[in-house]
Amino acid sequence: MNVNISYQALAPIIILLTSGVLSVLIEALVPRTFRRPIQLVLVLSSIVLAFAYLVFNSTIALTSDPAFSGGQIKGLREIAAAGAIAIDGPGMVIQGIILLISFSAALLLAERQIDPQGDAFTARASTLPGSEDERQFTANGWLQTEIWPLFLFCVGGMLLFPVSNDFLIMFVALEVFSLPLYLLASMARRRRLLSQEAALKYFILGSFSSAFFLFGAALIYAATSSVNFSVVSVAMENSSQDGLIISGIAMIAVGLLFKVGAVPFHQWVPDVYQGSPTPLVAFMSAATKVAAFGALLRVFYVAFGSMRWDWRPMMWVIAGLTMIIGSLLAVTQTDMKRMLAFSSVAHTGFLLLGVVASSAAGLSSSLFYLLAYAFTSLGTFAIVGLVRDASGEATHLSQWAGLGKKSPWIASIFALFLLALAGIPLTSGFTGKFAIFTAAVEGGATPLVIIAVLASAVAAFFYARVIVLMFFTEPPTDGPAVVIPSGLTTVAIGISAAFTLLLGIAPQPVLELVINVGLFIR
Amino acid sequence: MLLTIMLLIPLVGSIAVFLLPASKPALAKQVALGFALITLVVSSVVVVGLDNSTGLLQYVESYEWIAAFGISWTLGVNGISALLIVMTAILVPIAMIAGWWDAENATRGTAKGYFSLILILESCIIGAFAANDLFLFFVFFEAMLFPIYFLIGKFGGPQRAYAAMKFLLYSLVGGLFMLAAMIGLYVVSARELGTGTFDVVTLTSLNIDPGTQKMLFLGFFFAFAVKAPLVPFHTWLPDAAAEATPGTSTLLVGVLDKVGTFGMLHFLLPIFPEASKFYAPVIIVLAVISIFYGALVAIGQTDVMRLIAFTSISHFGFIVLGIFAFTSQGLSGASFYMVNHGFSTGALFLVLGYLVSRRGSKRIADFGGVQKVAPLMAGMFLLSGLSSLALPGMSSFVSEFLVLAGTFAVNQPAAIFATLGIVLAAVYILWMYQRMMTGVPSQEVTETVTEINRRELSAVAPLLVLLIALGFFPQIALDSLNPAVQQIQEYIGFSDPQAPVVIEGSGE
Repeated sequence: MNVNISYQALAPIIILLTSGVLSVLIEALVPRTFRRPIQLVLVLSSIVLAFAYLVFNSTIALTSDPAFSGGQIKGLREIAAAGAIAIDGPGMVIQGIILLISFSAALLLAERQIDPQGDAFTARASTLPGSEDERQFTANGWLQTEIWPLFLFCVGGMLLFPVSNDFLIMFVALEVFSLPLYLLASMARRRRLLSQEAALKYFILGSFSSAFFLFGAALIYAATSSVNFSVVSVAMENSSQDGLIISGIAMIAVGLLFKVGAVPFHQWVPDVYQGSPTPLVAFMSAATKVAAFGALLRVFYVAFGSMRWDWRPMMWVIAGLTMIIGSLLAVTQTDMKRMLAFSSVAHTGFLLLGVVASSAAGLSSSLFYLLAYAFTSLGTFAIVGLVRDASGEATHLSQWAGLGKKSPWIASIFALFLLALAGIPLTSGFTGKFAIFTAAVEGGATPLVIIAVLASAVAAFFYARVIVLMFFTEPPTDGPAVVIPSGLTTVAIGISAAFTLLLGIAPQPVLELVINVGLFIR
Repeated sequence: MLLTIMLLIPLVGSIAVFLLPASKPALAKQVALGFALITLVVSSVVVVGLDNSTGLLQYVESYEWIAAFGISWTLGVNGISALLIVMTAILVPIAMIAGWWDAENATRGTAKGYFSLILILESCIIGAFAANDLFLFFVFFEAMLFPIYFLIGKFGGPQRAYAAMKFLLYSLVGGLFMLAAMIGLYVVSARELGTGTFDVVTLTSLNIDPGTQKMLFLGFFFAFAVKAPLVPFHTWLPDAAAEATPGTSTLLVGVLDKVGTFGMLHFLLPIFPEASKFYAPVIIVLAVISIFYGALVAIGQTDVMRLIAFTSISHFGFIVLGIFAFTSQGLSGASFYMVNHGFSTGALFLVLGYLVSRRGSKRIADFGGVQKVAPLMAGMFLLSGLSSLALPGMSSFVSEFLVLAGTFAVNQPAAIFATLGIVLAAVYILWMYQRMMTGVPSQEVTETVTEINRRELSAVAPLLVLLIALGFFPQIALDSLNPAVQQIQEYIGFSDPQAPVVIEGSGE
């Protein structure tokens, strides 16, 4: 049998995973003092290379897609790796977003000027919190460079996840990017017990949801005799095994909705966001959401596209609940990271509107929203990591009082991100919300959009509250200060702020891009 | 290009002022005032060059912005919006002169910050009045919240944080409803035209089915009613106006709130004619309630700034009443009212601001006998007050009369009830004057209240001159307003009821 692998289409994924392997070898063979610079060069160059390849892939071929009314569209579209992976316009956009985010996140992860003791990760994860060993390693000023191979595998898995074209590859990708995240989440330098608890919670609930996903895939296979999306889609239409199909769809939905943090599978989000090292949260909140939504969109648009009328009611309920509960619970939070976590849940609800719409506009607006949200979220958490007092990050809301007076620049940029999260015009968040709400109304989900608008109103309250706190409240006498970071974090924050503004003021080129990439390939 | 330039001048000015060193507050103020005056000149050029023979948009300019959503940078003015822009351009430098030392007196914030925020605000307001792309309007509508939010929150009184937050949340919630309705309208336009659009002129030509119109109307109306403010969406205004500096209150109540009533006139009526007619009776009732409620609560106030805020709620009732009467007199009266109210409320806020800053108290009971100590100040106050209660000879009389006459033609009970509001206006203004200005001055008043100085006088006098001039020659303004009003009537398909013609001799 002649298997068509199509290495060119897969190049970005291959580059990342190969660098992951190389990175492991570096950990094993290179002396400690040289590891960090070499790892950094490897990570950043592999991401840049993968992105360059992606751009190259998106320009070479000119194919016509009958499903797309515009006729001809640019960019590679093929089913690669013997039908297991589908490289197409939306998939490449999502991969592109993940790579851009990963690059900025890598800069944040590499930052070591914020904490006087080193970077955000513990000197050695195997030591007991509070033990003599830990003190020793910290005093030596050692840095944990094992985070880099984990990071590379994670990004590689994320690149594979949204372009998987069958349930098994998708499951493999899910595990490839989840397992490193569980580990990384446990490795905070400060408040290690909290971090380990968060990681354990994340791991247990994550494995549970992965199991659901796998079980769902098995049920779908039982009903349709295939795990391939396009085969499944056709087989479902003609199948009489409704029970198996519906429960299969439901279980796969559980697995994916867990990853995006939708209600009622959202409980892990605040705990993990609060406990994990903040640069990692910046990465996770942005990239995981993008990758998981990419996969969710592909599964529901391609594999379950023919069963739209069966799953849409379920998605309606979940989207509505996610928006309402996310926004309401965010109001009650007193910890910055938890508040942002619930805000991330609420945004998941808004993004689900794009799934509910199940149309070309739904897809393109989701892609735009993902890009907009990812950068805003990354920037937000990057700044959260800068506000510190002697014991580490100062995440209690009251500690942020009067920050606008002490550090007007950082407070202003943070306010910009909050306004974008709230969806105020001239920020990326507004354009994204507008696009996705429009798609949902066109898709007949007007009641959901009204709920979304009400949820946005509630959300505006807690974002505005932080701005008031920063600018109009007197700073506490022993309050935290903004640490001046090195160029790495500054660049990452700068990129995020630039995207947040640019996508708000001049979104046309990006909107054109996401509209012109067409639909998922079948 | 002229409109874009007019909008950019204050924006450029605000950036310039912001970039000046904080150590030179005087220079920052002078530069800011300079930019405001240039804007005034440009806006006067626009009004003078206006063609009064047509109600269609003039100075139209349109550039593509976000083509994917049919959004463009479309500006254009008619008589109504042009006059409102001039009113804005007049009130901004006046608020600056009157509030020359406001920033120094505030507990926080710098003078350059204060003046650069005012300029940003001016730019947003001009943009909102000139925008003829609904999306662009919405952007300005939302963007203007932030400068005013900081103007209240940074430079206001002791309760400023609360007032600023309340203002922001009310406005944001209103804006979100408008956003929802806007998305609905966009989808409707996409269904009718093939591609969606936000161009206002195109939207007015759509035939939206009445059921959909009624839904979408509510979203927009809610946003405008919060902004205007109409009872029962008004509770943010007294807090905001009482806590802000007098200059900010002038701009907030005198100018920014007009965007709400202007939105009703310029967008609601033309785009949703059926729904406007359907809801008109209810809105007229709300307007009459506003007139009464605002006036009655104003009478009961002990804080002068809150008192003025409540009188404004009453006045906005008149404006909304005129708009939803649909008659040419009602509509042009309401449009003229918007301009006059800006000037007369502005004058009141400013004069009271002078008094409050001298006396250090906003309580009416802390004053008394001011006319003995500062007769000129009391005179200015009396003139502004008389304009507020619509004394014949002042321009507000003309507009109030037009509104009532226009309403009487279609809804006599509403007009009769509203007329009673005039009596209440006399009560709140004259009683306030009596309590604050007449009588024997207390020791505190004699010690603290000094005569109005030349800077303060130069801010208030132009307003009073305008009010009296427009009172005697209202035709100058009405000539510009009337063609635009006729155009609106054409959009809603409403013609004035004819007085029954009595043929001579037919009575035998």
